[in-house]
Amino acid sequence: MNRRQLAIAIAGAVLIALPFVHRDPYHLHILILILIWSFAYTSWSMMGRFGLVSLGHGGFMGAGAYVTALLWNHLGISPWLGIPLALAVSAALALVVGYPCFRFRITGHYFVLVTLALSGIVLQIITAARDWTGGSLGYTPERTKGSVLVALQFEDKTTWYLIALAVWAGGLLIWRWVDGSMDRYALEAISEDEDAAAAAGVNVTYEKLKITVLSAVMTAFSGALYCQYQMFISPDTVSGISVSLQMVFAAIVGGLYVALGPTVGAIITILMAEGLRIGLGTKAVGWDNLIYGLLLVLFIIFLPKGVLGSILARIKARR
Amino acid sequence: MMQAFLDIFDIYLLETVINGILFGGVLALLALGLNLIFGVIDVTWICYAELVMIGMYGMYYLVTIYGVPYWAAAPMCILLVAGMGALLHFLVIEPLLSSPPVNQLLATGGVLFFLQSLATVAFGVEFHNIGIQLPVLRLGEMNFSYARLLSFAAALIGMVAVYVFMRRTYVGTAIRAIAQDRQIMVLMGVDTRRIYLITSALGGALAGLAACLLVLLYDVHPFIGLSIGPITFLICVLGGLGNFIGGFVAAFVFAEIISLGGMFSDLEWGYVLAFGFFIVMMFIRPAGLLSRRS
Repeated sequence: MNRRQLAIAIAGAVLIALPFVHRDPYHLHILILILIWSFAYTSWSMMGRFGLVSLGHGGFMGAGAYVTALLWNHLGISPWLGIPLALAVSAALALVVGYPCFRFRITGHYFVLVTLALSGIVLQIITAARDWTGGSLGYTPERTKGSVLVALQFEDKTTWYLIALAVWAGGLLIWRWVDGSMDRYALEAISEDEDAAAAAGVNVTYEKLKITVLSAVMTAFSGALYCQYQMFISPDTVSGISVSLQMVFAAIVGGLYVALGPTVGAIITILMAEGLRIGLGTKAVGWDNLIYGLLLVLFIIFLPKGVLGSILARIKARR
Repeated sequence: MMQAFLDIFDIYLLETVINGILFGGVLALLALGLNLIFGVIDVTWICYAELVMIGMYGMYYLVTIYGVPYWAAAPMCILLVAGMGALLHFLVIEPLLSSPPVNQLLATGGVLFFLQSLATVAFGVEFHNIGIQLPVLRLGEMNFSYARLLSFAAALIGMVAVYVFMRRTYVGTAIRAIAQDRQIMVLMGVDTRRIYLITSALGGALAGLAACLLVLLYDVHPFIGLSIGPITFLICVLGGLGNFIGGFVAAFVFAEIISLGGMFSDLEWGYVLAFGFFIVMMFIRPAGLLSRRS
């Protein structure tokens, strides 16, 4: 176990030191994107690993990004206050959708389709309220009106890298915390057999709601972070079904049941998309998703545990 | 003054209500296809609307590029999408039949990405119009496009045809039987593989028919599935997944909400309203519109 702690410490030190050694802005940009999306995919997997497959996370992410940006532009509320408000909004969304689902035992296909509706609603609202949100053309938070720190806007990529790294590590810590808690056993029991779990004294509705709200809030945070970093959001990049499916895809490719799985998924998908973009140039439009889609189908059929999950399972089997 | 206002308002209202009903026909057709797949195979095709999109491109290319008349292109397009439905089942669903249902659903999500990007790569992101301008029917003060009337009638005919097929033929009976009990029917000597393939082809054919009709109403582009898909899923859930009658009723309820909501504001707000209604109904009737509360 000590060896493992050492490995984590070394890896952490290397990751923190990286931007001071290697300063290439493009590489840092890719790394920041990987970290932010890894955090989003980890958030999705928080509930996805317990069989709660949600296609509504595009909605949570969109709410996180747009509420933060709208509060800043229209009311001048600093993201330091705006982000908690945005998180509260997505927690409320998660409660409104989650409560009836869990209370009335809506599971499986039904749950997927209901959460899919949520993605749809958020996308439509953002598009329909184009007077405030810019509609499908996208939205830009206004450049800083004073202190940089208050506006949470930084030109410097190194700062963003460190912020994203901290948030990503925080996501992994939350994963560990859930992993070690009693809730994990309760949720695993629920995903095996809801009725049996309820009979054994698990409060099914409460447990599911807890993990859903946690997952939604984390996803909204990733949305807000993405918005602050990119300084441009559009309904298609932070909300809707495509984003939800993108999360599912990365989590499954990397491995849904292991802590670093979603991160591996983010690395694979983002590097693949960037590689295609550079390799094919403007012709790449569509090709990345074409390969995504094909890979997703192949992964689900042949490698449902994902890349990292399968590797770890093989190592374990060998021991 | 007030009277004049009311007169105009009523005419508009009536026109909107009727247009809503006409729109509901196509939605009901879409919901029927999805419900059929779900009821029989217990699978949700997330990529259902993308099949419709491919069908619409098929119609566009046949009619405008190759100059095939509409009435001849439609059956070809229906066959094309039916074949795609069977292929989807054979390639994606069948290898996954024994794994958790959510995996099947997510795999079709991969197909959604695939088809969408395939259309982007092959046909480009431009909007294409089939270029058939049907006349407008004037009834007093009200206007109805023939495209909508035609699609409503064709959707109804399609649904009746499916009903007759399910009731009057041997295969139809077998499909209904499998929907009731998957395990027993195998013991009764029904070849489930064959029935699943036929059902998938039938679901695809319905998507193809919907494509032939939708291409008259909307321009086709690679992302049109994202605007048709969610609404179809909502209708199916609202009606109760696998419940044909429920889906039929829900389609018209939804079409009216969108149509009336769109009358007072933008069409998108009509959609938002419909989504909101859906969430409220989840609290009241979680198992579908026509279900009895337990």
